[in-house]
Amino acid sequence: MTTSPAYDLECINLSKNFGPVRAVDDVSFTIPSGSFFSILGPSGCGKTTLMRMIAGFEDPASGDIRIKGKSVIDKAPNKRNVKMVFQHLALFPMMNVYENIAYGLKCNGASKAEIEARVRDVLDRIALPDVAEREIHQLSGGQKQRIAIARCMVLDPDVLLLDEPLGALDLKLREAMKIELKLLQHQFNTTFVYITHDQSEALVMSDHVAIMNQGKFEQIGTPQELYHAPNTSFVAGFVGDSNRWSGRMTVINGDTATVETDAGLTLLCSPAGSIRPEAGQSVEIFVRPEFIHAHRQDTSPAEDEPAPVNQLDGKVDSLLFNGANSRVLVRSSSGQLIEADVTLTGGTDDLRPGEAVRLVWSPQQTMCFRT
Amino acid sequence: MQKDVKRLSLILLFTPFALWILLLIIIPHMGMVVLSLREKVAPRVYEYGLGNYIDFINEPIYWNTLLRTGSMSLLVTVLALLIGFPIAYYIAKIAGNRTRGALFLLCLVPLWVSDLIRAFGWILLLRETGVISSVLQWSGLVHEPIEFLYNDVTVIIGLVYTVILFMIVPLVSTLDGMDNAMIEAGYNLGGSGPTVLRRIIIPYAMPGIVSGCIVVFMLTAGSYLTPILLGGKNSSWFTEQIYDQFITRFNWESGAAFGFLLLVFTSFVVWLGLKITGQTLANTVARS
Ligand SMILES: Nc1ncnc2c1ncn2[C@@H]1O[C@H](COP(=O)(O)OP(=O)(O)OP(=O)(O)O)[C@@H](O)[C@H]1O
Ligand SMILES: [Mg+2]
Repeated sequence: MTTSPAYDLECINLSKNFGPVRAVDDVSFTIPSGSFFSILGPSGCGKTTLMRMIAGFEDPASGDIRIKGKSVIDKAPNKRNVKMVFQHLALFPMMNVYENIAYGLKCNGASKAEIEARVRDVLDRIALPDVAEREIHQLSGGQKQRIAIARCMVLDPDVLLLDEPLGALDLKLREAMKIELKLLQHQFNTTFVYITHDQSEALVMSDHVAIMNQGKFEQIGTPQELYHAPNTSFVAGFVGDSNRWSGRMTVINGDTATVETDAGLTLLCSPAGSIRPEAGQSVEIFVRPEFIHAHRQDTSPAEDEPAPVNQLDGKVDSLLFNGANSRVLVRSSSGQLIEADVTLTGGTDDLRPGEAVRLVWSPQQTMCFRT
Repeated sequence: MQKDVKRLSLILLFTPFALWILLLIIIPHMGMVVLSLREKVAPRVYEYGLGNYIDFINEPIYWNTLLRTGSMSLLVTVLALLIGFPIAYYIAKIAGNRTRGALFLLCLVPLWVSDLIRAFGWILLLRETGVISSVLQWSGLVHEPIEFLYNDVTVIIGLVYTVILFMIVPLVSTLDGMDNAMIEAGYNLGGSGPTVLRRIIIPYAMPGIVSGCIVVFMLTAGSYLTPILLGGKNSSWFTEQIYDQFITRFNWESGAAFGFLLLVFTSFVVWLGLKITGQTLANTVARS
């Protein structure tokens, strides 16, 4: 195990139990300096617990936490140079903005002049230079957010932890804050560890994302890796949208395998995941909507279609119009609904509900995982 | 139509409250003020004047008793706060969900028993032939009976015991409303235990502290039973003077003047307290 200070934060075999519940189970990861790292997982998978252990509010059952190469396991929360932005921000309502930001500096024993200079500086950096004398309840949601970050950043932390800080905001503001957070991280050049159960937040902002499920890390990688090369069926299902089938693998032949789905469909697919499935095993199949092409049954497919393809006939159930991201919902003969991306131009050529369509997609885009 | 219904229901809702305020608070106090301004010049002959108040000022025993009552009440308030705050903090923040209810109930239990019975309980424990004295003798620590009653310490202990609940309840409710994340944020940003207490928990709990202190101070200054029963003749509690004037001397005029003075005095102390802590009554009531 490396102790190179190139890593701002290292967690080594961390575990935590709450009675019989194993909230965090043998989690290890390293975060390089100055990067934006997200932990993405469904509700209750142990994200907050993991973060509270890093901040020092929970004692791990086993394992080690190192910040800039030094173990902090024995340090009290107020002695760790890890700052945290809480889910509901936890700004102090009895202090104004200036006092909120100055609180940490006062605790560190900074002089009055230094506090003044640094508070002004950080307020400039978050582009809110005029709010110092405001009370907390006089700020908008997005401003509170930035004050909560400034309150931590003014202390020059080694790592900033953010626990679903956008959770309390409305959709529009969330979208704006996503970009804002990424810009702030660039500006401060500090390692951000960002917790969320919203995959679009994680994918948009992060350099690296860890997918967490039931206390374990399923996979750590860049957003692209997680999307295009998931290691487990959980990751494939959790990151991005997918059509799913479950079935049994009948033949495996190098990079392609034949799977008989539970509904009696035969599909060609490429085995994926860290443990490859073998013939005879039950598997789960994932196909992303953008890889499925839908065309009318009476028109023949394009001539240059690659030879072995998966095909499925069905009827258009409905069209989900969303500009460039429009989808068509197709009900197959077995009754399953399948999503496929389509281009809707608004012309007469567009698919219409009730039309018979054929769905085609290549085996390379058909990921199949062992269950 | 809709508006009339609304107005009617408003009137119906407010009538009992208004009646209560008017009949039991405003009218008696106005009557008292009027009464206190009457002076007896001869049997059944009265004159309006400030004589009763002048009597009060001229007799040091009276205003000494009032000052003593005020300062002892302040002491009781401070003690109740010092003892009540950790208890309230434990109930609101440290105890688990289930124990919290039980502990809160436990605090309420003394209210089940009347004031009088509670005071008698203390007497049974503390008198010369009481439980504590007997146990001490039996164990050989002392050789003759000890009288624990009839001194200031006992009065203060008894008063703290009776009123502490009224300190704990508002404190628990304000502390309960405090997000735990706020305390954690206090530590996370580098604060030590005492810093977090001084800069975050106490300022946050201030409305609860102030309202608890007001209630406790008013209750203590106006209490009668506990100081009389535990303090005996030399408790010198101001309510005892008022009782004396009304009942023993049958001098209602000066009794009313004393009662009014007690109200003015305690209100003044509360006002001073609010001024010093920089709180306003409105924000105290709104936030606790
Ligand atoms: N103090 C606690 N006592 C007992 N169990 C707890 C405690 N805190 C968390 N847990 C349990 O540990 C598990 C993980 O909780 P955690 O709060 O870390 O989830 P999370 O991933 O943050 O979820 P969310 O996205 O909903 O915030 C859950 O099953 C939860 O019930
Ligand atoms: Mg959480």
